[in-house]
Amino acid sequence: MSMQHKTALTEQVLLQGSEACVQGALAAGCRFYAGYPITPATEIMELMSRAMPLAGGIFIQMEDEIASLGATIGASLGGLKAMTATSGPGFSLMQEHISYAAMAEVPCVIVHVMRGGPSTGLPTRPAQGDVMQARWGAHGDHPILVLAPSSTSEFFDLTVKAFNLAERYRSPVIVLADEIVAHTRESVILPSLDSLEIENRPKPSVPPEWYSPYRDPGTGIPPMAAFGEGYRFHVTGLMHDINGYPTERQDETEELMARLFNKISKDFHLLQWYDSYCEEGAQVMVIAYGSVARSALHAVRLARAKGLPVGLLKLKVIWPFMRRTVVRYLQSSRRVIVPEMNMGQLSREVKRVNDGACEVRTLNRVDGFMITPDQILKAIEEAMA
Amino acid sequence: MTRPEHLIHRYLRSSKRFPHVWCPGCGIGILLGALVRAIDSGGYSKDDIVLISGIGCSGRLPVYLDFNTLHTTHGRALTFATGIKLAKPNLKVIAIMGDGDAASIGGNHLIHSARRNIDITAIIINNQIYGMTGGQSSPTTPFGLHTASSPFGHLEHPFDISKLVEAAGAPFVARSTVYHARMLEQIIGKAISKSGFSVVEVMSPCVTHFGKWSGMGSAVEMMQWQKDNAVPIEKAREMPPETLQGKIVTGILVDIEKPTFHEEHARISREMRERK
Repeated sequence: MSMQHKTALTEQVLLQGSEACVQGALAAGCRFYAGYPITPATEIMELMSRAMPLAGGIFIQMEDEIASLGATIGASLGGLKAMTATSGPGFSLMQEHISYAAMAEVPCVIVHVMRGGPSTGLPTRPAQGDVMQARWGAHGDHPILVLAPSSTSEFFDLTVKAFNLAERYRSPVIVLADEIVAHTRESVILPSLDSLEIENRPKPSVPPEWYSPYRDPGTGIPPMAAFGEGYRFHVTGLMHDINGYPTERQDETEELMARLFNKISKDFHLLQWYDSYCEEGAQVMVIAYGSVARSALHAVRLARAKGLPVGLLKLKVIWPFMRRTVVRYLQSSRRVIVPEMNMGQLSREVKRVNDGACEVRTLNRVDGFMITPDQILKAIEEAMA
Repeated sequence: MTRPEHLIHRYLRSSKRFPHVWCPGCGIGILLGALVRAIDSGGYSKDDIVLISGIGCSGRLPVYLDFNTLHTTHGRALTFATGIKLAKPNLKVIAIMGDGDAASIGGNHLIHSARRNIDITAIIINNQIYGMTGGQSSPTTPFGLHTASSPFGHLEHPFDISKLVEAAGAPFVARSTVYHARMLEQIIGKAISKSGFSVVEVMSPCVTHFGKWSGMGSAVEMMQWQKDNAVPIEKAREMPPETLQGKIVTGILVDIEKPTFHEEHARISREMRERK
């Protein structure tokens, strides 16, 4: 592909998922990328190494993934929209700084292209083994936002939205893709730049001497100045008061923790992003995300052609778990099937919120190969029996 | 207003609840004073200074000062500094680290920052021990020293931080002790004004832990030790290497010119966009 900034395109183009991710980041206003080579996320870094200097942004290859996210957070404190991308082992290394970004409330986007694990595992093979790591991998209690694209166009769309959420909530946001989504080439039509809704972090409107960087303005999300703009303030990973200064006072720590959680949980109803297919009269629902949702859609259509009342719920937000959406389908279905390229991670959440509404079945595959439509069709036929 | 009053009122954060965390006899306060004087002499705007630290006793330094201040994770101050400097190249970015912070958990970031040559001033407070966690051996603890984590004597050999970063490519490397406060101030001033990755290694007494385990005794005795064992680089160059054993070579050890990453990146970005 040409390495030109392609966000103005509205015609049909052939793009790899990784390319769509980079185009989405550019469209969202990303102007800083720090990364470390790792399969199957290296394409994103290589594309960024050309795209960033051309867009007037910064690209830097760091010494490891810890440094990559550290530099990303630093750039965000300097006022740029910033991201990094990695895969399993690198994602493990980033956990320390995901926790930091959550605590210090620094917007940043981490794209994680999942590959087979544990450990070095299957570097060129797909998996979905890091659903729980994305939620609970970083130390300490904190909320997180995780989006899961299932196609090239969704990789573009959800990367844009990831930046928007990061800016809106001053939070790290993870785009949880998998090897198939990142490497598949598809014909897509990217939206025009004008049609995209781009959000930017709230900036302080008060003069510097009135600025408290962590004071709740009522929305739960304090306005964020960049370093060098005349607002001299302190940022720390320690528990802090409204001025950013370290504190161990019970009233201040409790207030901060409550605000960190509430700023996202108050908007759970706005974070129900999903697509549903063939849900009319469906007695069995397949609940899937990522590339598995592609196989699931094909399987559901094959089943419908056979006259089976089956639907698909494709989740685009993984965390916070879309309880209210999922529960609705659990209550209207006789059985639910959760196919995943892991030993059962999101299915645990589905079972947790099920509360006896219906029977939840799992379909798991961890051999480094995709779950095929045939496998899911077979599970559907068994569930209809 | 006398100069100390001017410096205190101008640079210390009145809103921060003092007293500070450091022990009586600690050298970090002397470094803080030298740093503030160097910045004041350099005529920088407070808005243009970013002070970044990692974790440990040194990590608590930025919060007391009225700059853009960032207290990061253990060993990673330079990674955040890298992002900030690239995002805001006009800012003066100064990273404060300890020996465990910079040379152990952050050792990889230290050598790669030196190799990469982004305009960051790295001040490494070397007290040869982990102070905050209670006196464990660090990468600069002398061989054989008994510490909280080497009760039978330290089995490892220390890094020479200045030589390490010189070998890694840092274009400016200097060392001082906190006893030599005037020299420290001048060196820091030069490091800040230098374009490129500049390292200042600051030998500093940890009375509470290093003093205890080394048997050196009081803060005064540790200061006396710094005074007696410091050798200016000009003199050291004429001395046989074996006579420098156990000495602290001070002064500007390296000062060369080489292209910096952020300037080269800006040049490439400009050229590629003009060509487009």
